[in-house]
Amino acid sequence: MAENQSYYVPEQSKWPIIATVGLGVTLYGAASIMVNAQKGESSTGAWIMFLIGAMIMAYILFGWFGNVIRESRAGLYSPQMDRSFRWGMSWFIFSEVMFFAAFFGALFYVRVFAVPWLGGEGDRGSSNMLWEGFQATWPLIQTPNPEAYPPPEAIIGPWGLPLVNTILLVTSSFTITVAHHALKAGNRTKVKIWMIATILLAIGFLVLQAEEYMHAYQDLNLTLESGIYGSTFFLLTGFHGAHVTLGTLMLFIMLMRINKGHFTADSHFGFEAAAWYWHFVDVVWLGLFVFVYII
Amino acid sequence: MAVTGVFMSAVADTHAQDHHHGPAKGISRWLLTTNHKDIGTMYLIFSFTMFLLGGTMAMVIRAELFQPGLQIVQPEFFNQMTTMHGLIMVFGAVMPAFVGLANWMLPLMIGAPDMALPRMNNWSFWLLPCAFLILVSTLFMEGGAPNFGWTFYAPLSTTYGPPSTTFFIFAVHIMGISSIMGAINVIATILNLRAPGMTLMKMPLFVWTWLITAFLLIAVMPVLAGVVTMMLMDINFGTSFFDASGGGDPVLFQHVFWFFGHPEVYIMILPAFGAVSHIIPAFSRKPLFGYASMVYAVGAIALLSFVVWAHHMFTVGIPITGQVFFMYATMLIAVPTGVKVFNWVATMFRGSLSFEAPMLFAVAFVILFTIGGFSGLMLAIAPADFQYHDTYFVVAHFHYVLVPGAIFGIFASAYFWLPKWTGHMYDETLAKTHFWLSFIGMNLAFFPMHFLGLAGMPRRIPDYALQFADFNMVSSIGAFMFGATQILFLFIVVKCVRGGERAAAKPWDGAQGLEWTVPSPPPYHTFATPPEVK
Amino acid sequence: MRVHAQRAGALLGGLMFPAWSMADWTLNMTPGVTGTSNEIFSLHMTILWICVVIGVVVFGVMFWSIFAHRKSQGAKPANFHENTLVEILWTIIPFVILVVMAIPATATLVDMYDTSESEVDIKITGYQWKWQYEYINEDFGYFSNLATPRDQIENRQAKGENYLLEVDNHLVIPVGKKIRFLVTANDVIHSWWVPDFGVKKDAIPGFINETWTRVDKPGIYRGQCTELCGKDHGFMPVVVEAVPEEEYNTWVAEKKEAAERERQLTQKDWTMAELMERGEKAYQTACAACHQADGSGAPPAFPALKGSPIATQDMAAHIDIVVNGKSGTAMQAFGNQLSEVDLAAVITYERNAWGNNTGEMVTPKEIFDYKNQQ
Repeated sequence: MAENQSYYVPEQSKWPIIATVGLGVTLYGAASIMVNAQKGESSTGAWIMFLIGAMIMAYILFGWFGNVIRESRAGLYSPQMDRSFRWGMSWFIFSEVMFFAAFFGALFYVRVFAVPWLGGEGDRGSSNMLWEGFQATWPLIQTPNPEAYPPPEAIIGPWGLPLVNTILLVTSSFTITVAHHALKAGNRTKVKIWMIATILLAIGFLVLQAEEYMHAYQDLNLTLESGIYGSTFFLLTGFHGAHVTLGTLMLFIMLMRINKGHFTADSHFGFEAAAWYWHFVDVVWLGLFVFVYII
Repeated sequence: MAVTGVFMSAVADTHAQDHHHGPAKGISRWLLTTNHKDIGTMYLIFSFTMFLLGGTMAMVIRAELFQPGLQIVQPEFFNQMTTMHGLIMVFGAVMPAFVGLANWMLPLMIGAPDMALPRMNNWSFWLLPCAFLILVSTLFMEGGAPNFGWTFYAPLSTTYGPPSTTFFIFAVHIMGISSIMGAINVIATILNLRAPGMTLMKMPLFVWTWLITAFLLIAVMPVLAGVVTMMLMDINFGTSFFDASGGGDPVLFQHVFWFFGHPEVYIMILPAFGAVSHIIPAFSRKPLFGYASMVYAVGAIALLSFVVWAHHMFTVGIPITGQVFFMYATMLIAVPTGVKVFNWVATMFRGSLSFEAPMLFAVAFVILFTIGGFSGLMLAIAPADFQYHDTYFVVAHFHYVLVPGAIFGIFASAYFWLPKWTGHMYDETLAKTHFWLSFIGMNLAFFPMHFLGLAGMPRRIPDYALQFADFNMVSSIGAFMFGATQILFLFIVVKCVRGGERAAAKPWDGAQGLEWTVPSPPPYHTFATPPEVK
Repeated sequence: MRVHAQRAGALLGGLMFPAWSMADWTLNMTPGVTGTSNEIFSLHMTILWICVVIGVVVFGVMFWSIFAHRKSQGAKPANFHENTLVEILWTIIPFVILVVMAIPATATLVDMYDTSESEVDIKITGYQWKWQYEYINEDFGYFSNLATPRDQIENRQAKGENYLLEVDNHLVIPVGKKIRFLVTANDVIHSWWVPDFGVKKDAIPGFINETWTRVDKPGIYRGQCTELCGKDHGFMPVVVEAVPEEEYNTWVAEKKEAAERERQLTQKDWTMAELMERGEKAYQTACAACHQADGSGAPPAFPALKGSPIATQDMAAHIDIVVNGKSGTAMQAFGNQLSEVDLAAVITYERNAWGNNTGEMVTPKEIFDYKNQQ
């Protein structure tokens, strides 16, 4: 006769062990691809392994999340379970923030300490003795050892594509918020329209970012191997782009669910989780825009 | 499997309105489980297996160091042993043991039916055998296993590492995912599933320490993921994070690594602090002294742990301002840690003490961990550290805080909670034997290392100058003794699982908490309806 | 009689286990021979005594409880579980003790970081697995390799007194003068440590770390590499000889002359026999660690030279790999490490030893020209 539902504890599940096998196979395959490439050996077997692993992962994503969605729609989840999901998603996003923090930290250290020291300034400035002729600048258009790490000819200025991308992403945060309000108001058509808008903006971002990368590689000689500028630029924007891709996928799935009639005005945590993730991706971009492109 | 067979029959299912069918049979029970007790058991078995594996590697190390000269292994393999010993003990033995204890005890202590996200819980577990399969397989790869120390500094680990380094990196990623998801589960469980009436300041200390540990894990494991990704990129994709030729810096690696690494060592000790804070009051028959300050102290330690990382780097040439800041911050951590030690002693003082195995390990913990803390304080004095850094003095310090610290904390917890888990009392005489042999072996193994370091012996060397021979021999003998004794522990646990004197719901008269209100062993599902807490 | 027996026993023990007769039971850090090392020693002793006192008090209370408050002896438990005053006191007092420690520690640290106004500058470069010392204002430098024979390490010969702590060329410095060290590395991170000086500094490739010392007492001081740097991390000791100023000046003059002579030797005409003799010695020092004395190597990491295409076929490729190394592997560029004479000698030796017998030789002059063409 409890007013509160009891907390749902699922009985047995095959998803964790399948996911383990999937992740293990995918990452072992990825490692094999890289190691074989280093040795100059064929990596066909490794690629097959990687792809099989990736397919297993895709399978379990559909299976596991599908399972959870079915349980939710069957009414098995109490408000307390909803709170568990909220805590879970929030802390997950915090862990992602810390992942980016490591790379922002690296960028900060390199710009404030390592490069100036190599250029002769500061407490370890005598290091410049090892790199005759190297002057510290940022962006690093000149590397200490240009033979080992050919520097880029130019870098990507903030006020071209990056500015457009900023506008796209910030707008998409607005559009998804409008969609959310529409969902809470029960206006399904409006939700779909504004979700499609968000997804289109996201895809636009990804396409432009891909163009930017191609421009960097082909025209500017700005690559992963262009010294520390290239390293930090591509790792920060690259991981961001990967997260945007994942986020776009999540948005797309939410759109599919909306089309199928999932979610109610009061209960739509899946949508909210995707929206939170999307805002996080947007905030990281703002950080990138300021610290990688502008400053 | 005798062990699982007994667990199956030991678990009784007493719920009337249950849609649970009780545990399945055979191996699928363990592969498909979502039950915190099963998962806790698996973590503990896994961790002990890793402990024995890492311990075997330590035996190889100490056998080589028994005498000067190279007798048993070549330097290349010795470096693989020291590296793998560290990685396996840190990531395979200590951390999973504490997660196992968390899985078993947290829901019972807060009156919850299970962890917040039970399927994810099982995934966290099974990722570990997967990761360690990959890690251990590197021993058999061309070029051998990682050989650059468990701290894997660049560029030794990037430009000069063996091909297996890439596999090592992915194994670390898998362990990291396991830990982050586990930590998210712990936080959600503690914040969300406490029985009504259990406010934060009424939570047992073990729950508090795990809440804070989980926060540390979520904050720093992603940073570890970041640094191994930078390594991966430097090795395979031509980036220059750690290469001055491209404008990078090998010291950048150390900063990012230790930003993870320092909180990591607190991750490895805080749960032990929590467990000991249960055990000492139970066997003193007196409440824990200063509950509130114990909580604040753990919080202070956790917060400070984020700003002390460069004390591992006093000799790399960081500017003096940084040096001084990190020295002060590190010295400061001694204050809340000291508060905890004083509180444990004050709990014992004028209590009514008895010395069963859990209490023996807990008391040894307080004394020996404190000795480790003293050497830590000495290391914090930056100018003095120039003489201690990268010598056996450091090895002595961290083995004192990890072995009689974390490991004894785990043994104490195991003996304390084995009656609850299995329904049987363990053999007290054998357990005390395990304690005394471990205590003596451990001190013989690691105390001389203080002297070796002060006398000038560096770390991570397979052979040494003659003036270091005596203490090395003593240390090796102690290590062999300690290692052999752990087989006795295995025997004690298996014997307890299979039978023994029946254990009551509360076998320790001084113990407190919700976990002692359920039968020993508890039913497969407990607290489907949360209890009221006054 | 008893004394004789004891002496006989010690002698016997010493003969059977030479290690035992050399070993000792040193408990404490050395105060050392510099101002810095002595300051560090007193900081060390101070903090040690503070810890001992705190330990005695805390453990004393605990042992008292263990003795006097046992249930088996009928002790009844008290019920107190807090005391705000006591808790505040035992938070504040340790804090004050730490502040008191921090003040002299900071002073010593500031002093250790002050490398200004040095009188001699020496650049120290860590290599896998040896040290290079360059007297940058005197225009000469040399390598310092472990001198302990392999036979001692592999237990075929009794170990000498300075086992693993002896090198072929000491670092020589004058007493009483401020010496500035510029520490760097060629490959991975190493660390240069001399306990008697209280000097330790990590050698970071691509960066220079500065440190300094002033040694008051002449003598020979031994230390080791203190950062894991690969397989022979334990086999690259540091040996410094501090000598009176005049002796130092004489030594410097000799070294500069020797460097000049070496430059001249490069120009002279060498015979095959001379190159082989010099080459065998250079090979043992610089190459045998990886490629083994008999040229068999340890493939795949360290290829065999005996019967290898590199050492028996194209001479240009052989010179290239020795002078420039092979990137992506452990084969270093020896062009900067060995003199032209040694380079020519080593290559000649490798092409003719172990049955390779090409009959070919390369002269120091040819190596000198080769290096200049690159």
